[in-house]
Amino acid sequence: MNEIEITLPTPLRIYTNNQKKVKIAAETVDDALKRLVETYPALQKHLFQGNELRSYVNIYINDTDVRHHPDGFRAHLEPQDTIFIIPSIAGGLK
Amino acid sequence: MMETPVVETLTFHEIQRYSRHIILPEVGLEGQTKLKNAKVLLVGTGGLGSPIALYLAAAGVGTIGLIDFDVVDETNLQRQIIHSTDYVGKPKIDSATQRIKGINPYVNVVTYNQPLTAENALAVIEGYDIVCDGTDNYQTRYLVNDACVLLGIPNVYGSIFQFEGQASVFDPNKGPCYRCLYPNPPPLGLVPSCAEGGVFGILPGTIGTIQATEIIKLILNVGDPLIGRLLIYDALEMKFRELKVQKNPDCPICGNNPTIKGLIDYEAFCGITSVETDRITEDHLITPKEYAELRNSGFKHLLIDVRNPMEQQISKIEGSRLIPLRQLEDLIIKENIPKDFPIILHCKTGGRSARALIQLLDMGYTNVKHLVGGINSWIREIDKNQPLY
Repeated sequence: MNEIEITLPTPLRIYTNNQKKVKIAAETVDDALKRLVETYPALQKHLFQGNELRSYVNIYINDTDVRHHPDGFRAHLEPQDTIFIIPSIAGGLK
Repeated sequence: MMETPVVETLTFHEIQRYSRHIILPEVGLEGQTKLKNAKVLLVGTGGLGSPIALYLAAAGVGTIGLIDFDVVDETNLQRQIIHSTDYVGKPKIDSATQRIKGINPYVNVVTYNQPLTAENALAVIEGYDIVCDGTDNYQTRYLVNDACVLLGIPNVYGSIFQFEGQASVFDPNKGPCYRCLYPNPPPLGLVPSCAEGGVFGILPGTIGTIQATEIIKLILNVGDPLIGRLLIYDALEMKFRELKVQKNPDCPICGNNPTIKGLIDYEAFCGITSVETDRITEDHLITPKEYAELRNSGFKHLLIDVRNPMEQQISKIEGSRLIPLRQLEDLIIKENIPKDFPIILHCKTGGRSARALIQLLDMGYTNVKHLVGGINSWIREIDKNQPLY
């Protein structure tokens, strides 16, 4: 099984013992996310609502939004792939 | 709505002022004249709006609209570089106008000392060539997006949190919109704001300068704009990443069969006026004065500070237990506190403690109150020896 890297955004790092990057052995994106929340259960409710990925969280394989990948969450991962979790952020001014 | 003026040419003094631009083949006299005739609206004159306004003014953008209802606060000055100490307490748009005019007296500054709302947004935005989103909250962000899509105006987007920023260009005629990227905002309380989580002061400078760059490129029609691309910047790693953003054919506002055909209630959309807050009654509130009396009486209770650990370095109510809001549910279960034990919650100004209160009510706690106005009110009224932030 390939070990791939998942990069977490700042707001979610408190749920991964402040780790910015996590290595996970996984075949597909689906697999990787499942293993991620198994390892860090507090992430579950921040990424998923039931079984659905929350609509303000985007998952990218390298530079492609997994929702637009032809295989979607079943997209196969290669060892050099990186998954980026990019939630919406609102800060600006005050 | 803005009036449409006749095309204005550059004066002798303007040609001299903008000569470093004019000798660039990508700009030239024609491009500089485009800048002079361009009208850009900045929504917000804070962290992002500051560098954007300064650079647009210096570059000779002819009309800069500023919409902001806020006044300059001392805590803004760490990053909002258009404002200065002598403007603390005065309207941001006045402070920004004075700075813009100081940099470039040829700029026409149009000010709106009011919040952007669903009622005024279309009238304010219509007539501008480009809108720049420098807002700090989801309801205004979705409002700006929707108004720009409905009017067909490009929206230059930027957003920041702690050490990370995002930038993109949402041009409804050429690519995706903000709703294609994020169809819905997160529920209240799940994502911390900059006021809660902090922000690296230079970060809005970097992101705002990228937005200003994109605005000027759009006006000049040069280079490759950030349309369909989300730029992610990490200041700690000093890394930029580029992600693809595709137009969503099912997008409720810019998709093939849009369901949003006019502006909506953005407070409700973002969950701000949800029934949740109606559940907080007078019995759930305690004022700083009442709480001081309660403490003096020796009443046994648990004071929970739901802020983040770093905020306790600024101010703290003695005897409080720190349980950050985002960990409240998990940690309170471990504490095994009886459901009827008196609990007082506090945060900085009362927003997070209200959300914490609802969480505890949902978990079955029956004797919970939250401190009105948070620790800042406590400091103003009771314990004046601690700093406000």
